[in-house]
Amino acid sequence: MLPELIRSLFQKPATVRYPVERVPAPEGLRGKPVCDYSMCIGCRMCSRDCPAAAIEMVDTGERTPRPVFHYDRCAFCGQCADTCPKKAISLTSDYELSAFSKDDLVSLERRRGESAAG
Amino acid sequence: MAIIDDLFKILVFPGFLFVVNLGLFLEWLDRKIYARLQNRVGPPWYQPWLDILKLLSKEDVIPEGASRFMFTWLPVFYLAVTVTASLCIPVGTYAAIYSFPGDLIVVLFLLTLATIILFLLGWYSGSPFGRVGAVRAVTQFLAYEVPLVAALLTQALLADSWSISLVMARTTVGFPRFVVVHLTALAVALISLQGKLLRVPFDAPEAETEIVAGPFTEYTGRRLAFIRLAERTEMAVGVGLVSDLFLPFPARLGVLGFVISAILVTFVLSVLRASVARFRIEDTTVLAWKYILPFSALGMVLAIIVRG
Amino acid sequence: MSDMEIPVGPQHPALKEPESFRFELEGEIVKSVDIRLGYVHRGIERACQDRTWVQAVYLIERICGICSHSHTTCFCQAVEDIAGLEVPRRARYIRSLIGEMERIHSHLLWLGLAGHEVGFDTLFMYAWRDREVILDALEAISGNRVNYGMNTIGGVRRDLTDRDVEELRSAIRILEERVGYYTDVALEESTFRNRLEGVGKITKQQAIDLGTVGPTARAAGVNVDLRRDDPYAAYDEIPFNVVTAEAGDLLAAAEVRLGEIRESIGIMKYILDNLPDGPIAVKAPRRIPPGEACSRYEAPRGEDIHYVRSSGGDKPERVKVRAPTLANINAVAESMKGVRVADIPIIIAGIDPCFSCTDRMVRLEDRISGRVEVLRWQDLSRRYRR
Repeated sequence: MLPELIRSLFQKPATVRYPVERVPAPEGLRGKPVCDYSMCIGCRMCSRDCPAAAIEMVDTGERTPRPVFHYDRCAFCGQCADTCPKKAISLTSDYELSAFSKDDLVSLERRRGESAAG
Repeated sequence: MAIIDDLFKILVFPGFLFVVNLGLFLEWLDRKIYARLQNRVGPPWYQPWLDILKLLSKEDVIPEGASRFMFTWLPVFYLAVTVTASLCIPVGTYAAIYSFPGDLIVVLFLLTLATIILFLLGWYSGSPFGRVGAVRAVTQFLAYEVPLVAALLTQALLADSWSISLVMARTTVGFPRFVVVHLTALAVALISLQGKLLRVPFDAPEAETEIVAGPFTEYTGRRLAFIRLAERTEMAVGVGLVSDLFLPFPARLGVLGFVISAILVTFVLSVLRASVARFRIEDTTVLAWKYILPFSALGMVLAIIVRG
Repeated sequence: MSDMEIPVGPQHPALKEPESFRFELEGEIVKSVDIRLGYVHRGIERACQDRTWVQAVYLIERICGICSHSHTTCFCQAVEDIAGLEVPRRARYIRSLIGEMERIHSHLLWLGLAGHEVGFDTLFMYAWRDREVILDALEAISGNRVNYGMNTIGGVRRDLTDRDVEELRSAIRILEERVGYYTDVALEESTFRNRLEGVGKITKQQAIDLGTVGPTARAAGVNVDLRRDDPYAAYDEIPFNVVTAEAGDLLAAAEVRLGEIRESIGIMKYILDNLPDGPIAVKAPRRIPPGEACSRYEAPRGEDIHYVRSSGGDKPERVKVRAPTLANINAVAESMKGVRVADIPIIIAGIDPCFSCTDRMVRLEDRISGRVEVLRWQDLSRRYRR
């Protein structure tokens, strides 16, 4: 045991002082899902398949409704990206999503009193 | 002015403030070394002070089954006893506040009292974890106390005195004839001290995964802060005592030597803590009586022989 | 000291998940133990009936954080069986690969926890540090550290790239060396060995009678392993040994688990060398034809069983899960008789328990009034739904 202990004493620590230092997220991490609205056709498939009921279809005044992600409910499984027939949804490697209010965890910013706004 | 001088000595240096802060510093050092041995970053230097401040601001709960009087006053006594013990420890060449022939016995007595308080803390906290921890604390006390006293007695025999400052001044007397005896006693003292301070592998009385925190399970808030401070002070006293009695630096380099010795002793204790698993309480007793006690007795016999 | 009752759990530092154990003590000796399951029952089986087949896979994945891949594989196999889907060969190999990686990180987690339970935190830190190697590899392949989401009905969701294969090979090299070191520590560090040897002992007969599974059974000399006895995924094509020990104590359990890590590394190497080409999934229908199936899987903790029934709709009609801890928990109760308080945490940890996978029902009992309340699904959702 002792040689290993002494070696560790002079080794660089395995832990980092988060949030001062960060371990980079790997490529392909299933983080925050985003939707490219220019590709979205409003087919509702993502909302139907989402196991956490985290995708709400919101009427933004365009021809078809748009998916809005509730990141507080999202399980980051990536099924929406798999389901999307136009590949409009992708998962970014952004995983630091803590917020003080659930309202801050909605992908489309909502104005008070109105149902939704772009 | 003599009164102000005395008050300064008791409250600031080398009394209360110094010893408590030394204890917290040693706690940080211990945690940091422990962390680095485990390849972790470890806490920043101010962490122990923040921990105490946080505890002071937390809610204070007295459980239903606890004895209110004992529950309130025991932590205070605990701190009082350990700080009193520290008054007899010389900080290197800087003399202790109360120094007299036989102060070593008084320090040992006060440290024993601290263990008794530990037992009472657990027993009167009205929790089964506290009770099991209390009984274990006493069982363990029976295991390490005799070797600890024997180790210190060896040093006293070699120096021919029961006064800490005199033993300290004479640690290098008879060099190198006494070295083997010194080292035997030092090894026993370090292991017993680890037991006294309830550290791995002798942390059965407060084994987290078995009995939560043993005697301290029910304590919260400022009472727990008092207990923490008392524990750190006990650590400072124990480490200081071993440094003074066994290492040559305090008598040569003064306060600096004392601090260096304390760091060295803490380092050894940390490495010991990192390299083994916890002993069951029965195993501790067996280990102490079967191996450590004969070893310390051997040291004493050797001391008598070499002194002739 | 007189007799006393000591509660371990639902909240206790020895338990990584809430579960209630009540120990009756005589001094430091345990006289009897009362295990009360049900503290973290989540109603997942019932909740699956309200999810589509696709959604159910992700819910099943969250039965257990450590053996998430085991549960989804087990579930998907049952559904594929009902629907008559032929999973591509490459997908079966990837399933086995992820399954073995999961086994390695689960066993390293166990080793670390065993160290922690006996106060050997350094082993805990080292084991978990090196577990990061395999978790990083899993993260790179699947996009997540624990809920990999690799499985879908009909195959796997992500393919293995050449870079993944290279990274895995270097991860394997590190792990091989470290596992050798842990084997030395576990078997030679005397304070650690002393805490495991002869503790939590069950005989081979007891292991069979109590219906234990996985490493707990194998440590007592019962030679069972579904990967060999009832092959699924790619195991019928992969050579490996089943690791068993004779002693039945926790030291034997540690030996078995460390041996299994070495076998898993061997399996991973074989898979990386012999990975077949081809598609990774077949398209699954949204409605599964009527039928029922039972699927078995050798999870890191033992045999995991899923029963699935479909009535032809887009949702399962019934899902039943038997997680391995439920089979092993009786062994804990049995080996707990007459042990010392100091050994309680390590014996509980010895079967590598996973309580939320195991918990069965909600029955609230008011200890003062004695009133018993059984929560039905509606009550649960009314009280706890978001």
